[in-house]
Amino acid sequence: MAFEGLANRLQETFSKLRGKGKVSENDVNDAMREVRLALLEADVNFKVVKNFIKKVKERAVGQEVLKSLTPGQQVIKVVHDELTDLMGGEQVKIAVAPKAPTIVMMVGLQGAGKTTTTGKLARYLKTSQNRKPLLVACDIYRPAAIKQLEVLGEQLDIPVFSKGDKVSPVEIAREAVEYAKEQHLDYVLLDTAGRLHIDEELMNELKDIRSTVGPHEILLVVDAMTGQDAVNVAESFNSQLELTGVVLTKLDGDTRGGAALSVKAVTGCPIKFAGMGEKMDALEPFHPDRMASRILGMGDVLSLIEKAQANVDEEKAKEMERKLRKAEFTFEDFLEQMEQVKNMGPLEDLIGMIPGMNKMKGMKNLNVDEKALARVEAIIKSMTTEEKRNPGIINASRRKRIAKGSGTSLQEVNRLLKQFNDMKKMMKQFGNMQGKKKKRLGGFKFPF
Amino acid sequence: MSFFKKLKEKISNKTEEVTSKFKDGLSKTRDSLVGKVEQLVRQYKKVDEEFFEELEEILIASDVGVATVMELVDDVRDEAKKHAIENTADLQPILSEKLVGLLKNDETQQTGLNVEDGRLNIILFVGVNGVGKTTTIGKMAHMFKQQGKKVVLAAGDTFRAGAIEQLEVWGERVGVDVIKHQAGSDPAAVIYDAIQSARSRDADIVLCDTAGRLQNKVNLMNELNKVVRVIQREVPDAPHEVLLVLDATTGQNALNQARQFSEAASVSGIVLTKLDGTAKGGIVIAIRNELNIPVKYVGLGEKMDDLQPFDAEQFVHALFADVMEEEQEEKNA
Repeated sequence: MAFEGLANRLQETFSKLRGKGKVSENDVNDAMREVRLALLEADVNFKVVKNFIKKVKERAVGQEVLKSLTPGQQVIKVVHDELTDLMGGEQVKIAVAPKAPTIVMMVGLQGAGKTTTTGKLARYLKTSQNRKPLLVACDIYRPAAIKQLEVLGEQLDIPVFSKGDKVSPVEIAREAVEYAKEQHLDYVLLDTAGRLHIDEELMNELKDIRSTVGPHEILLVVDAMTGQDAVNVAESFNSQLELTGVVLTKLDGDTRGGAALSVKAVTGCPIKFAGMGEKMDALEPFHPDRMASRILGMGDVLSLIEKAQANVDEEKAKEMERKLRKAEFTFEDFLEQMEQVKNMGPLEDLIGMIPGMNKMKGMKNLNVDEKALARVEAIIKSMTTEEKRNPGIINASRRKRIAKGSGTSLQEVNRLLKQFNDMKKMMKQFGNMQGKKKKRLGGFKFPF
Repeated sequence: MSFFKKLKEKISNKTEEVTSKFKDGLSKTRDSLVGKVEQLVRQYKKVDEEFFEELEEILIASDVGVATVMELVDDVRDEAKKHAIENTADLQPILSEKLVGLLKNDETQQTGLNVEDGRLNIILFVGVNGVGKTTTIGKMAHMFKQQGKKVVLAAGDTFRAGAIEQLEVWGERVGVDVIKHQAGSDPAAVIYDAIQSARSRDADIVLCDTAGRLQNKVNLMNELNKVVRVIQREVPDAPHEVLLVLDATTGQNALNQARQFSEAASVSGIVLTKLDGTAKGGIVIAIRNELNIPVKYVGLGEKMDDLQPFDAEQFVHALFADVMEEEQEEKNA
């Protein structure tokens, strides 16, 4: 891969200077060239990059960097801060109309992921916000688009309003809002057809829908993999429709997502959500600071921590810590831990979020074997309660039975038992250490 | 004879209609890329660092890969030094030739489809979500039907809601059979069935749809690999083409896509879609230059016949039409 992480490259630039004692303005210029390249490679629009670099340079040439003992870190920090700032600083929530229903219009190019996102948004409103959304099929052009929305509605158990592909989208939208009022639904989500921003006829149709139903929220759905053109698309949709927000999709890919920065810079609209996967629950509120890390190729520690927090029960965690320290850890606890980790999502995703992991050689093509985990689970589940609590009693004949019961081999059972014992020992040591050095933990440091 | 004149003569032999369609679809690309380069040349009379930086930005703005751009600009810089060129106008021919060179660096590369009469041809379509795989299949089915071939479509996207129905609508429009299973079933099984029924119908071509997948999802890429293996087992030498469908609005990530999909399914060519809407087609340059995978077809609109074979010369012609016309005018004056 061409890009090895801005952090790495900046470190290289500055390591050449080590021993020089002082960093000059020229050195900062070199560093800025690296930052510029990194942003361009992340697909940030070149105009946006230009302004951005100018701004960062002013700050970087200032005293705070030049006098710092760790100029590399300082430059990254300045860049990271400015990026976060530029992306809107804080997270912005979806609009709520003073009088229901709130009308949300989804617009964008073909293939950006409007229909899928509309489904995800409806699910989010229903489950996380306890709202009653209505899905409206306004895409009468693409074959089977209506069907797609209907299938999603069925999966999510959310009503879908459709009139087939013979009625104009403007009329569909108008009737849908009437219907929502009658049924006392509080969100109307209009899934419009994908269109090119230069297609006048179809853009006029959107304007008509807008003036007919008066949406409270017009969300532009943007593919995170979009290149330099993101600026033109966003600009044109914004000038014709006055967007209120953006949803970034396909962020679960390996794109660095510079389009986020471009779109924000051009429209000034906050990015409200990010699509993180193909499943219907894979829509997350957008966090500008994390996106900044991603664009710079620095990993996403905060998301990881949050994921852990959302899935790990505080009480249980404390209990676990106590057990670990006293080495009372049993296979029952082990199983529970595994469940919790599994709840956090595919292991690959988790590993990808750890900074530095993506740049470690050999880690790049790491293929986490989820099936190995399933086998471990099977082995543990084939143990009796007594065996789980007191692994010491597992003798040769019990091992044979466990291997048979779990459909694995004797070797695999032996390996797991050995690993479990090693882990217990290690945890005990770690527990002791943690007691003494607690202060050292906490606070995320940049990876160099 | 000037370089552009030669190029123009070569192209004039080709049908005017196709060229004009290309020109229409690509007018955006041409305007942005060539227009800006020209403007740059006019604006900066002298060749200096600022000029090169601006040039870099213009090329990057067209989504030509960053690495490719740096290489090209370095090349031009060297040439300028070698020939002691100080005037930007004198540099333009070199610049144009370099750009054309990037597009045509592999004249030997086969850009036609590997489809032969007298055998069952299997074409597999792969790509990330939302690039236009199903639409491209519909268009290509239409194209083959026009050529009098018997086509079968395999509804291998069993994941996305409505994908099977979408292909069925295309099948009806074009008038070809669609082989499908239920949503959620094994795509390899669908394609296996499609091959069997294509045989019994004595069909010429099977176009296999697959679900869109992001290239970093290992399990999904493995699934794709399985599809390829099933095809290989059924028909020796197949799949005859594995076409990666790429959205022209995609930025640098398109390179990653091409790389990863090649690994899982040995991509033999690229279909570049949505070239009518975007102002940039530069990613073609990056892909040809860095990955050596030929672009075989381009999607230039939403209609059934808006799929055209990729022709580097025509692409360049459309890209540089303004420059050529200007040169012509100068000659006439």
